[in-house]
Amino acid sequence: MSVKTLLAAASLVAMAATAQAEVKVGLITTLSGGGASLGIDTRDGFLLAMDAAGRDDVEVIVEDDQRKPDVAVQIADKMIQSDKVDILTGIVWSNLAMAVVPAATAQGKFYLSTNAAPAQLAGKGCNPNYFSVSYQNDNLHEAAGAFAKSEGYSKPFIMAPNYPAGHDSLNGFKRFYGGELAGEVFTQLGQTDYAAELAQIRASGADSIFFFLPGGMGISFLKQYADSGIELPVMGPAFSFDQAILQAVGDAALGVKNGSNWSKDLDVPANATFVSAFEEKYGRLPSLYAAYGYDTANLMLSALDEAEPADADAFRAALKAAEFDSVRGKFSFDTNNHPIQDIYIREVIKEGDIYTNKIVATAIEDRSSAYVADCPMQ
Amino acid sequence: MSPILLAEQVLNGLQSGVMLFLMAAGLTLIFGVMGLINLAHGSLYMVGAFAAATVAGLTGSFLLALVAALAAAAAAGALVELLVIRRLYAKDHLDQVLATFALILIFSEGTRWLFGSFPLYLDIPEALSGTVTLPGGIAYPAYRLALIGVGVAVALGLWWLNARTRLGIRIRAGENDREMIAALGVDIGKLYTLVFALGAALAGLAGALVGAIQSVQVGMGEPVLILAFVVIVIGGIGSIKGALIGALLVGLTDTLGGVLLPELFKLFTDPASAAASGSAFASMAIYILMAAVLIWRPTGLFGART
Repeated sequence: MSVKTLLAAASLVAMAATAQAEVKVGLITTLSGGGASLGIDTRDGFLLAMDAAGRDDVEVIVEDDQRKPDVAVQIADKMIQSDKVDILTGIVWSNLAMAVVPAATAQGKFYLSTNAAPAQLAGKGCNPNYFSVSYQNDNLHEAAGAFAKSEGYSKPFIMAPNYPAGHDSLNGFKRFYGGELAGEVFTQLGQTDYAAELAQIRASGADSIFFFLPGGMGISFLKQYADSGIELPVMGPAFSFDQAILQAVGDAALGVKNGSNWSKDLDVPANATFVSAFEEKYGRLPSLYAAYGYDTANLMLSALDEAEPADADAFRAALKAAEFDSVRGKFSFDTNNHPIQDIYIREVIKEGDIYTNKIVATAIEDRSSAYVADCPMQ
Repeated sequence: MSPILLAEQVLNGLQSGVMLFLMAAGLTLIFGVMGLINLAHGSLYMVGAFAAATVAGLTGSFLLALVAALAAAAAAGALVELLVIRRLYAKDHLDQVLATFALILIFSEGTRWLFGSFPLYLDIPEALSGTVTLPGGIAYPAYRLALIGVGVAVALGLWWLNARTRLGIRIRAGENDREMIAALGVDIGKLYTLVFALGAALAGLAGALVGAIQSVQVGMGEPVLILAFVVIVIGGIGSIKGALIGALLVGLTDTLGGVLLPELFKLFTDPASAAASGSAFASMAIYILMAAVLIWRPTGLFGART
């Protein structure tokens, strides 16, 4: 065989390989550093649904953004320019989403959010090619605010990191709580020591604490809180009490109430399938990040059954129809492409040796987002 | 703000300062004696925390966990010095930065491979849980008070080692003139390994002590490393006294800045935006401090005058 035929054969093989994957999906998420457990769950949930579907015409490219906006932008550019992806997804952090999503949708790509959904992209900055499958950032915090009000708390101390989702968090809490606050503090994103904030809480005369601290930040805060001698009711969004955080803090979080749109005990057939498949494949319980990843992949697959992303209008309409079995049960998109769904209150419990959550109440039914009226899409 | 709250925040600042000192002391010692920029110092901090979490999980003893952290970090430090760092002394700083950056990646991926990406559980010992009431009615966590005590003890120990022992004489001589003490018959290779292992053990101790109140996970050392570099630049590179003063300054500025700046901004604007902008300014405070010190003293507070 001459070199020429060898080359020709090789290029044929290469063509066959590219022809096989008709749709390319770029999954950008945090796989290293203090936020890694969130991104790993997002990825694993997404890939679990892809495996279950068993489609070889969809290729998923996974890259680590290291929770750095500049890295996320570089990866997104690379995925769009050289990998030629049709759909982007996976970003956990809202400051990264703000850096990537507007540029990606401006280039005609679809972005399906597995987590981050900042207020800016739900209102004036909404885009027909941007869908949030998870929630709008404020939602879970709104549930905690409604809970605080129903419990009759009159002076909560509220706290979140200083980045877009942190601002959405406190706005969401205040929107549904509506009363007086003992204090309002923004911490650094990635902060690990909360001694100063705990001293402020102690001195503030608060009657309860609301905090939004995902990943390693939540672990640090809860451990330090347990040791501070402060004994106030604690609440937050589900992010502050996910599976990874609960295992690392132990008894310190037992009994805490948190707002969530998903829980592993949610009585929905698709959810039972998801939880057992996830446990079987990865040997641990899924977190809400995994649930969003799984739902996002299934939504995408349901739309791919109807249309190719190249046929943007048909694909967009198929996404908007949301004809998939969500692990959350009821699920539909509002006009701003953010979900309408029920938000629950969960309680941290211990099942055998494992710390986890169970649903104790429904906080808000059929919740859309506060910014839907600002979005020009109708 | 009440005087009690202010006093408590000063204690918090001191506590974060002395823990930074444990990191910065090793870093500055290694730079001072060997002229080496060790970016992998944060990885040794992580090694200490993971060793402590593992041993605490197996034995339930915090004391054994601390011993394991010291031993594991010192061993990792000595090994790295013998295998990699030794080849870098004669190279310029760029090569050292590249090689030790590679070490960060190797340590991080290796730890991820061994322990996974999910945070480990490490709790403070039973005896030090809860708070103690200090004069003036300040309820302060006993464990944090113990951290201040450990930090002060290590500072005194290092001063004694440096000023009163033969090893200290050699370390100081090595800082001044490497070739000369080699010519005088001191085994410089062994001295370097020893100093490196000592610096690593201090980082590992800090990792284990701080890991008990924070989260033990891959990459936990890098944010602390950046602060430790700020500390040794402020204190003057190579000076242990500088590292101590620098660490306390950074700890106090960081803590008090985060508390006082939002309060200050509340005088001019509503609480929500005061909290946001005050917090944004607070995150710059230590870098502004560093810039100010460098303008006033370009080699740091206790750096060698050139």
